[in-house]
Amino acid sequence: MKSTLLAGALLAFATATSVHAQAIKLANVAELSGGGATVGTNWKNGIDLAIEEINAKGGVLGRKLEVSHADSQSNPGVARAQVQKALDAEPYVLLGPGYSGSVKVTAPLAAEAGIAQIMGGEAAELTQAGNKFLFRTSFGQQSSMPKVAKYIHDEMKAKTVAVVWVNNDFGRGGRDVVVKELDRLGSKVVADLSTEAGQADFAADVGKIKAANPDAVFVYLNEEESARILKELKRQGVTAPLMGETTLIGQKVIELAGDAANGARGHVGLTTDAPVDLIKAFREKFSKKYNYVPDHNGLKGYLAVYMVKATTEKMGKVDPKKFAETLHGLTIKAADEPGILMDVTFSDTGDIDRQSFLVEVVEGKQVVKQVLPKVK
Amino acid sequence: MSNLFDLLVAGLATGAIYALVAVGFTLLWQTSQTINFAQGEFVMLPAFLMLAAMHAGAPFWLAIILGILLSMILLGLGFKLLLVDPMMRHGVLPLAIATMALAIGLKEAVKQFFSAEASPFPSIVPTGDISILGHAVSLQSIGVLVVAIVAVFGLTALLNRTSLGHQMQAAAQNPTVARIIGVPVERMILLTFLINAFLVALASLLITPIYLAKFSSGEVLGQAAFIAAIVGGFNQVRGAIAGGLLIGVLDNLAAAYISTQYRAAVPMIFLIAVILFRPQGLLGRAEERTV
Repeated sequence: MKSTLLAGALLAFATATSVHAQAIKLANVAELSGGGATVGTNWKNGIDLAIEEINAKGGVLGRKLEVSHADSQSNPGVARAQVQKALDAEPYVLLGPGYSGSVKVTAPLAAEAGIAQIMGGEAAELTQAGNKFLFRTSFGQQSSMPKVAKYIHDEMKAKTVAVVWVNNDFGRGGRDVVVKELDRLGSKVVADLSTEAGQADFAADVGKIKAANPDAVFVYLNEEESARILKELKRQGVTAPLMGETTLIGQKVIELAGDAANGARGHVGLTTDAPVDLIKAFREKFSKKYNYVPDHNGLKGYLAVYMVKATTEKMGKVDPKKFAETLHGLTIKAADEPGILMDVTFSDTGDIDRQSFLVEVVEGKQVVKQVLPKVK
Repeated sequence: MSNLFDLLVAGLATGAIYALVAVGFTLLWQTSQTINFAQGEFVMLPAFLMLAAMHAGAPFWLAIILGILLSMILLGLGFKLLLVDPMMRHGVLPLAIATMALAIGLKEAVKQFFSAEASPFPSIVPTGDISILGHAVSLQSIGVLVVAIVAVFGLTALLNRTSLGHQMQAAAQNPTVARIIGVPVERMILLTFLINAFLVALASLLITPIYLAKFSSGEVLGQAAFIAAIVGGFNQVRGAIAGGLLIGVLDNLAAAYISTQYRAAVPMIFLIAVILFRPQGLLGRAEERTV
C-alpha cells in the first residue's frame, strides 16, 4: 500500500513538473508571401525576437514560449484555412494576420474557439463588431484618420484634397473615415481614386491627380504600391504635399521609392525613429539580428508577444479562456514591462491608446516632427 | 488633352514591354508549338540574376551583361534542352502544363533564395523629363519605348532581311521541307529560344525599376503579354507588337476615362471581344485545320 501511494505521488509530481515545464504555445498566421510579404516578414521577425528575449530571461511564469508560423500568402481565404489549422492545435494566443481583410475572415474562428487574437490589421470595422477576443497592436483607422484629416486641414491648409486608396478592406476603411473627416472640417475631396492591390502602373491615377490640381494628396496604399505611386508622382511632377499613414513613409517604402519618398508626411502609431529610448533599443537589437531596419510591423509583432507576457503575468497563470477578459481595460506601463515600449491601455473593444507621431521623410530618413499624446 | 498625351506616352512605354514579352510567345509558338506559361517569370528572373551579380560586387553594366548571358543559358538553352525537348514528345498540352509548373518553381525558388519582399532596382535610363511638343515627358518612358522599339525592329529586320532570318522562318513554317533544302532546323529552333531569352532579359531590365524586383512580378506581366499576343495574333510577330502596344494604351486610357476600379477588366473584355469576332487576332493569320 505504501509503495502504491509512493508511486502515485511520484507520478503526480512528475506529471505536474512536466505540465509546469511545458512550453506556452503561440500560433502566428501572417503574410509571409504575396503582396503583404513585407508586412508579414517584419511581423514574424518581431515575434521571434521577442520570444528569444523572453525565453533567454526564463520565459513567462517559468515556462518557455514557442511559436508556429504559417503563411497566409496575403490571401484571406488561405489565412482562414491556416487559422483554422492553427486553432486545431489549441494555441494559448493567436497572433496575426496583418492584413485587415484576413483578420476580418479569421476573427470569428478565434472568437468561436475562445482564443484571443492579437493582430496587426488597422481597418476601423474590425473592433466595432463586438468581438471580445480581438486586440490591436496599432491604432485603428477610427483613431488615426481623424488625426490625419486634422493635419491636412489645419497644418497643410489644404482646401482641396485628392484621396487615393487601395481597394481592399484596409484601404476602403481608411478612405471612408478620412473623407468623412475632411468633409466635416471643410476640405473638399476633388479626386477620389481607388487602385488595385499589386498594381504596377500608376500613370493614369497620377494623371487624374494632376488634372484635379489639389492642395494636398492623401495616399493610402500598401507598402510596395506606395513606393510605386511615389515614384510616379515624382515622375509626373506633382508638387502638392503628400500625406499618408504608416504605409506611406515606412522604411521599406523609403528603400523602394528612393528620392521620391522625400517630403512625404504621415501619421504613424509606431515608428522605429520615435524619440523613445526603448524603441531605439528595440531598433538596434532588431537590426543587429536581421541586418535591416524594421518597419512598424516589426514593432507590432514584438509588442504582440510582450502583450501576451504582461497579461499572463498579471493573471499569474496560463489561462487561454481568461486571457481576453484580463487584457480588456488593462494598462501596461513601460516602466514595469519594458518590452511594451510605451505605456499602453486597451479598451473594452480591444482598441489601443498610446502616444503617436507625425513623421516626414527627409533625405531618405523618417524624421519625427511631432509627438501626439495618449488620448486618455 | 495634355493629360491624353501623357497617358498615350506612358501607355506606349508599358505596351512596348508587353510587346517584347508577347513576341516571345509568338516566336516559341511558331517554331516549336510551345506555349510558355512561365513567360512572365522569365521576365522576373533576369532582374534577380542582375541583382545577385551586383550583390556579389559587380558594377551595374557588368551585372546587366552577366544577367543577359545567364538568362540566355538558363531560359534559352536550359529551357529548351531540359524541359521543352523531353516534354514535346508527349504533346502540346503536357508541355504547357510543364511550363505552368516551371512558373511556380521559378517563383518559389526566387522567394526562397532571395526574399519574398520587393527590392529596388536601378534604372538604365536617367530620371527627369524632356519637353516634347510642350509636354514634359519622362526620360524613363522615352527610354523604355526606344529600347523596346529598337529591339523589336531589330528582330523584325533579322527575320525578314537576313539569310538567318529566312532560315528561321522556313524552319517555323515547314520544318520537313526546310530540312530537305538544307536548313539546320534544330539550330534555328534553338536560336529562337535564345532570342526569346534575350528579349525577356531586356524587358526585365527595362521594367523592373518601375515594377520593383519581386518574385511574383511576372504574374501580371505574363498575363498582360499573353492577352497581347492573342489580341494581336498568336502566329504573327507584328501582331504581338501591335497587341502589346494596344493593351498598354488601352489599360491607361481605361483607368483614366472609364474607371480605375475596373481597369483590369477592360483588357479582358477586349480579349473576349477579339476571340468572339476575330479568333485569329487582329493581325493574325487564320490557320486551317484538317480533320
